[in-house]
Amino acid sequence: MSERATSVTPPEEQHDDQNQDQNPDAQQPQRDTEPDEFSAPAGETRAEPVTTGAESVVRALENAGVEYAFGVQGGAIMPIYDALYDSEIRHVTMAHEQGAAHAADAYGIVSGEPGVCLATSGPGATNLVTGIADADMDSDPMLALTGQVPTELVGNDAFQETDTTGVTTPVTKDNTFAADPDGVGTDVSEAFALAREGRPGPTLVDLPKDVTNAETDAEPDAPETPDTYEFTEEADPEIVAAAAEQIETANRPVMLLGGGVIKGEASETCREFAIEHEIPVVTTMPAIGAFPEDHELAMEMAGMHGTGYANMAITHCDTMIAVGTRFDDRLTGGIETFAPDAEIIHVDIDPAEISKNIHADYPLVGDADTVVSQLAHAVERSPQATKWRAQCQQWKSDYSMAYDAPEDEPVRPEFVVEALDEATSDRAVVTTGVGQHQMWACQYWTFTEPRTWVSSHGLGAMGYGLPAAIGARLAADDDQEVVCIDGDGSFLMTLQGLSVAVRENLDITVAVLNNEYIGMVRQWQDAFFEGRHSASEYGWTPEFDTIAEAFGATGFRIDDYDEVADTIAAALSEDGPSVIDVHIDPQANVYPMVPSGGDNGQFALAEDQL
Amino acid sequence: MTDGDRRRGLDGPAPDERPTPTGRRNEQGIRIDPAVEATHEPRRTVISTLVEHEPGVLSDVSGLFSRRQFNIESLTVGPTTDEDRARITLVVEEPDPGIDQIKKQLRKLVPVISVRELESDAMRRELALVKIDADEPAQVSAVADMYDGKTVDSCPETATIEITGSRQKIDAAIETFEQFGIREIDRTGTTALARGIQSTAAPASTTESTATEASQPQNQYAPADDD
Repeated sequence: MSERATSVTPPEEQHDDQNQDQNPDAQQPQRDTEPDEFSAPAGETRAEPVTTGAESVVRALENAGVEYAFGVQGGAIMPIYDALYDSEIRHVTMAHEQGAAHAADAYGIVSGEPGVCLATSGPGATNLVTGIADADMDSDPMLALTGQVPTELVGNDAFQETDTTGVTTPVTKDNTFAADPDGVGTDVSEAFALAREGRPGPTLVDLPKDVTNAETDAEPDAPETPDTYEFTEEADPEIVAAAAEQIETANRPVMLLGGGVIKGEASETCREFAIEHEIPVVTTMPAIGAFPEDHELAMEMAGMHGTGYANMAITHCDTMIAVGTRFDDRLTGGIETFAPDAEIIHVDIDPAEISKNIHADYPLVGDADTVVSQLAHAVERSPQATKWRAQCQQWKSDYSMAYDAPEDEPVRPEFVVEALDEATSDRAVVTTGVGQHQMWACQYWTFTEPRTWVSSHGLGAMGYGLPAAIGARLAADDDQEVVCIDGDGSFLMTLQGLSVAVRENLDITVAVLNNEYIGMVRQWQDAFFEGRHSASEYGWTPEFDTIAEAFGATGFRIDDYDEVADTIAAALSEDGPSVIDVHIDPQANVYPMVPSGGDNGQFALAEDQL
Repeated sequence: MTDGDRRRGLDGPAPDERPTPTGRRNEQGIRIDPAVEATHEPRRTVISTLVEHEPGVLSDVSGLFSRRQFNIESLTVGPTTDEDRARITLVVEEPDPGIDQIKKQLRKLVPVISVRELESDAMRRELALVKIDADEPAQVSAVADMYDGKTVDSCPETATIEITGSRQKIDAAIETFEQFGIREIDRTGTTALARGIQSTAAPASTTESTATEASQPQNQYAPADDD
């Protein structure tokens, strides 16, 4: 990971490095490659020449600088695992392939380099699909390698055969069935490059067992995208100039940062631009961390459960500089009321996102960092927006996120999120499952750095949090805490991942915000289904602290406010994995809320406004 | 909710106390100028794509259309003069923003080399086989002649006529044949090429083979006979 730390500021204080020896057995791969790994030509590594297709696959991963792979063994993938046996790539054996995909996805989010996951054919491959779809929705760089039955059996409904490329076509950026032992290594190199370049996304190579077992001495080519794959770096200068003029003459400008800002390493450039021209900044959920939420200009997250002030700002702006966002429906609400007075400047590397959901008045196709730099050069004077900024500040106080937390009532989840935030450093990485707890994490954790927020945004895959914490832990620096804020429903979906965290001695802290409900569904049932709690009410959940202990992790439990700070401190001070079962107010709901397809400016602050 | 004493939620002006913007957008995300409210009507057009001739590319393309709910009328695929490349010709019916999306989404597929929407004057041809009851062979033959049809098979009970031409011509022929009783039909869907020396679908740097292919005289019909 030699390249990744470029946009991460150094820690302000040096923590005593409790994690330093967390993996005494792990061999840290010694890499002395140039910063540009493409400069190391294939075949010039010091390793032995390849002799099989499988070795060529592993060599392709090594050439690409892969340090970790997440996977589960199985019949058809065994040749790859056999080749990994001699590799310095560290393989993390997961408890379930879905976890392998989520861990690789999170590794990709935190490191910026494609995370690698492996699975066998049939059920191994189908179990990966949720995680692949997640990476596809969020444009996370990921490479999936799946075993396949031998070529001669393909199409015969052989044991553990699934048409993996067929199943994954709609949820991958590209996939390949490797038919040729001499080309299989290059297939993997190319898939790795495709996962990372342009708009990132998941790629998959399906590896028939006869191909990986076959003899070959073909070294893989360097990781480069195929000739037919093109993307634009720089936007059309004429449109840039026109957009700059629009910005200069705006009275109510807003920057809307999307996940592409983080993927394109454009956070710093966007920050500088917004601060120089004093433009209020709204983020989408995947862009959390792109702009420091403690900054005066930060309006934080907009959309369905965004802050009231963010939603007021995007609804009333006259100029929107949208960078790296696809205008997802959870952000826009009803299209007809989305930023209805705004001229839209849309920066995106994917031309297909331009005017897909929201018409772009100034379409700027290109790399986020490059195009925002172009805009920064082109904008000569700041917009006259003093009144607008004052209005935005007024909205920040009108629609404050402050909540009531009477001490004699059950613990408020918001309070727990804030306490965790307070107890950790600015660069702590947060992962979540999906549901109410995820929204509270968005709303009440103050994010200040990119690549510290790791969640399942577009797909909304419950169960994402714990396996993501495993991947994030291995991608993050040792002095970054990794906290998984989970829900009881989400945690129950993938908690077998605790066995991995314990086996690998990973320092992660899981806080389960336990309300014994599928809480978000319960909230919607209260609002839209007359309180009929069909299949959302557990009424009973296992003792998550006891479960943690059974796995060999450390378990904690919180029932009252006065336990919160000390218990969090104790859990964070554990070197290995720990789980806090936090029994929260089961009736707590997430507000503000814009109902599906609703008007962002008409967000509800409580149920009686829905 | 059972919490009677305390209102759960956040404080702040209620929705009806807030200012509201005056503008609107239409369902295509375009800001509406109330004076000229433009909605885009669907139109039919031909999109030609050059693709890598490799397994899975056809399902990549057809899967894209089904999962994005693009309205597709026909899809034909065939080899080109370059054995590594195939041409897929699509007839689609969508409003302008939808047609733009189709082109952009097609370009995103890694095995797709180039995408082009053909002009309205492009040559478009379709072939149909129509199997008809041959109770009145002379009349069947006369109708076939009217549409430049060719009898490719006949037996005492049936005659099978091959018709080539524009979609409208084939529709008209089929309608006329209906009086005899149609047993089965099979249609190829539209194939199309740009006119003259233009390339139909080629990368920005036109390769020799595709340029040659496109400039070859392709149609034995007079330019204006069908379209």
